[in-house]
Amino acid sequence: MLASFRAASRPLARRAWLARSVQTTADSTRLASDTPESHSEPFKLTLHEDAFHGFKTDIPSLEVDVTKEMLLDLYYKMTAMRRMEMAADQLYKAKLIRGFCHLAIGQEAVSVGLESGITWDDLVITAYRCHPYAVLRGGSIKGVIAELLGRQDGMSHGKGGSMHIFTPRFFGGNGIVGAQVPVGAGIALAQKYSGHKKVTFALYGDGASNQGQVFESFNMAKLYNLPCVFVCENNKYGMGTSAERSSANTQYYTRGDYIPGLQVNGMDIIAVHQAVKWARERALNDEGPLVLEFVTYRYGGHSMSDPGTTYRTREEIQQMRSTQDPIRGLQRYLEEWGVATEDQLKDIDKKAREEVNEAVEEAKKSPEPEIKDLWTDIYYKGTEPPLMRGREREEIHYY
Amino acid sequence: MPAHPPRTLFIPRPRPRLLPASSPLAPFTPRPPRPSSPPTPSRPLAHDAAEPPPPGGHLPSVATSRLLRTSRDAALRAPAITWNDEPDALRDEPGTHTARQTRKMNTYQAVRDAMAIALLKDDSALVFGEDVAFGGVFRCTMNLAEEFGRDRVFNTPLTEQGIAGFGIGLAAMGHTAIAEIQFSDYIYPAFDQLVNEAAKLRYRTGGAYNVGALTVRAPTMSVGHGGLYHSQSPEGFFLGAAGIKIVIPRSPLQAKGLLLASIRDPNPVIFLEPKILYRSAIEQVPTADFELPLGKAEVLLPGDALTLLSYGTPLYHCEAALSLLRTPPPALDALVPPSLRSAKIELIDLRTIMPWDLPTVLRSVAKTRRLVIVHEAGRSGGVGAEIASEVMNRLFLQLEAPVRRVTGWDTPVPLAFEKFYIPDAVRILDSVLETLQY
Repeated sequence: MLASFRAASRPLARRAWLARSVQTTADSTRLASDTPESHSEPFKLTLHEDAFHGFKTDIPSLEVDVTKEMLLDLYYKMTAMRRMEMAADQLYKAKLIRGFCHLAIGQEAVSVGLESGITWDDLVITAYRCHPYAVLRGGSIKGVIAELLGRQDGMSHGKGGSMHIFTPRFFGGNGIVGAQVPVGAGIALAQKYSGHKKVTFALYGDGASNQGQVFESFNMAKLYNLPCVFVCENNKYGMGTSAERSSANTQYYTRGDYIPGLQVNGMDIIAVHQAVKWARERALNDEGPLVLEFVTYRYGGHSMSDPGTTYRTREEIQQMRSTQDPIRGLQRYLEEWGVATEDQLKDIDKKAREEVNEAVEEAKKSPEPEIKDLWTDIYYKGTEPPLMRGREREEIHYY
Repeated sequence: MPAHPPRTLFIPRPRPRLLPASSPLAPFTPRPPRPSSPPTPSRPLAHDAAEPPPPGGHLPSVATSRLLRTSRDAALRAPAITWNDEPDALRDEPGTHTARQTRKMNTYQAVRDAMAIALLKDDSALVFGEDVAFGGVFRCTMNLAEEFGRDRVFNTPLTEQGIAGFGIGLAAMGHTAIAEIQFSDYIYPAFDQLVNEAAKLRYRTGGAYNVGALTVRAPTMSVGHGGLYHSQSPEGFFLGAAGIKIVIPRSPLQAKGLLLASIRDPNPVIFLEPKILYRSAIEQVPTADFELPLGKAEVLLPGDALTLLSYGTPLYHCEAALSLLRTPPPALDALVPPSLRSAKIELIDLRTIMPWDLPTVLRSVAKTRRLVIVHEAGRSGGVGAEIASEVMNRLFLQLEAPVRRVTGWDTPVPLAFEKFYIPDAVRILDSVLETLQY
């Protein structure tokens, strides 16, 4: 009788273990060795034991090698990215940016951490919250802000706007939820076919994870064993619907079924960095695709027209901001570990603010696209139809 | 009192259909054409020798169509053909074709030939789709996997949206991606990827990225028994997606030349192959690498009385209708006014559906003043609607009759009634007569 009781309780125990959620505090990493004097000398950190949860795979080592230089660089980039998004917010409210605008405030550890764990040769594709990636993957703050403003100096010459910003190593944002995922798988196939030692990171959100084409891509990527890392940025809300209300299984890292997964504390940039490095190595060793879930949080609404407070409480946002903010978390590390003093960090903040302000001013000076650009880049130059209709009745552009 | 009488709503007079001209009920006689530029001398196709139909009369079918170039000489003289010769290839003197070879091929063999050339000449080219490694359901990829390796010609899962997205990713990396959607009826799950990603990538990146190297092939139109999900013609749905091109060939030679041009065109192309022509249309096809121009319609039969515009399979129904017009069988004899039988009808193959060849169509209609458009897809929102509207906009005062459309009905393609769904020769003839007599 005892035996049968034990057997029956086993699945329960298993479920209890699965239910234990991944750590999402931003400051649970511990120093494992003394901090060196030199800025370039590596030292060791230990991540919280719940920083990662693996699905059909071992988890990366909890020991992380970092340098002071690297940590300060991460801090600067996260601060600058937040400043940029806040500047976009202000420009939108000043009615200088029109249309759509989706900000990634609160999710800086994912974009900056991802960039820190990959190399210039790797490729990234994402959807809505693409501004930080565009800057980090070879773009500029001015280019992003000018694109949002719809100016010539924008990274798509003002013809795309938010979600449509690209660099030679970044296949852009995307306005269609989930559409970037099969495209990412195709990019990974091209890399594999060409024999390049590169990895594609195809990003999507918890909202897009329920799109059919995401599963189509999982299947093809595993079938062809592609060097593709599917990155689920789980910010807990797909537009105004919480993950629990939209997904039967909110453990997004397990949704690849036959593809191994890793759930990561997306608020601790050290954990993000370690997970991305590990995922990249794994793909380069021909171990096939991986579903990498970053548990993070979006402070703002889904878009500028969403105050973000109708489907969640202000207290929830306030609590996340005060206890789990990725920038404050890193700031605390830097101070505690003696990497930088409060004043030095304030100087960095100031520098980031100045860089963004300058970029905004320059972007504002850029002219709007010329009228002729309405008709350019539709077809390859020289292969256009003889004519195309314009904005008004009888306005016809002849190529 | 207004200076002008108020406009009255135009109410078409009731018109009997296919009435004998001699009937006292027949109210219309063909109006003499308005004075216009002298009709261009009709230049018959090289292979279009005048020959009376056999006794008892038979309709030209695809197998006996004169639209097909069944001799080597005719094939090598296909209009606007451009040769992509290898540097060391035997080349003819301009104007002669002594060294070039042709081979008898049906459409699927010609499509296969085009893909083999693309794979041979372009290391980055990949062919993929459902069951393509086994040759494909229509045999268009027969032995390509064996010839070029399973890394380059491979099966995908049944995953149309994924195939399109996958191809877009590949093409964005500069690879020549030749994707197959097994039937154009299955293209709808991929509609988002094609319209939102493939068509717009160049524009929304300000020219930084493009998927010009993407070609999506899919069999289209009816086979006579395909029914709801194997006989559709989806080309009209893509008309609003500026940035992509849609090409529909009518024959093996056209399929090879246009497919090679589509694969190499720096824009994404949806290449729809009329599936009934895969086996039934047989032509001499040059074995070399050649292309036919995209965006250019072809005047198949010159004429001055009416422009008959179509693409794909219905071109052969148009040919049959013109044969009925010239020499109606006894059953129709009383219904075709003798004075109309010698009318010279200009038959045009549109070939590229988007962007369509507006100048050629306008030039023809300005000359003939009458236009009948034929396509298999349903009428509402179809390609014919777009062309009719554009032609009426530009040539309103020159038209002698309203532009007519002979199309599939606005129903799903009905399995049992498929033969009644497609615009057949009699329906085309009826519209041609009505338009001539308007």
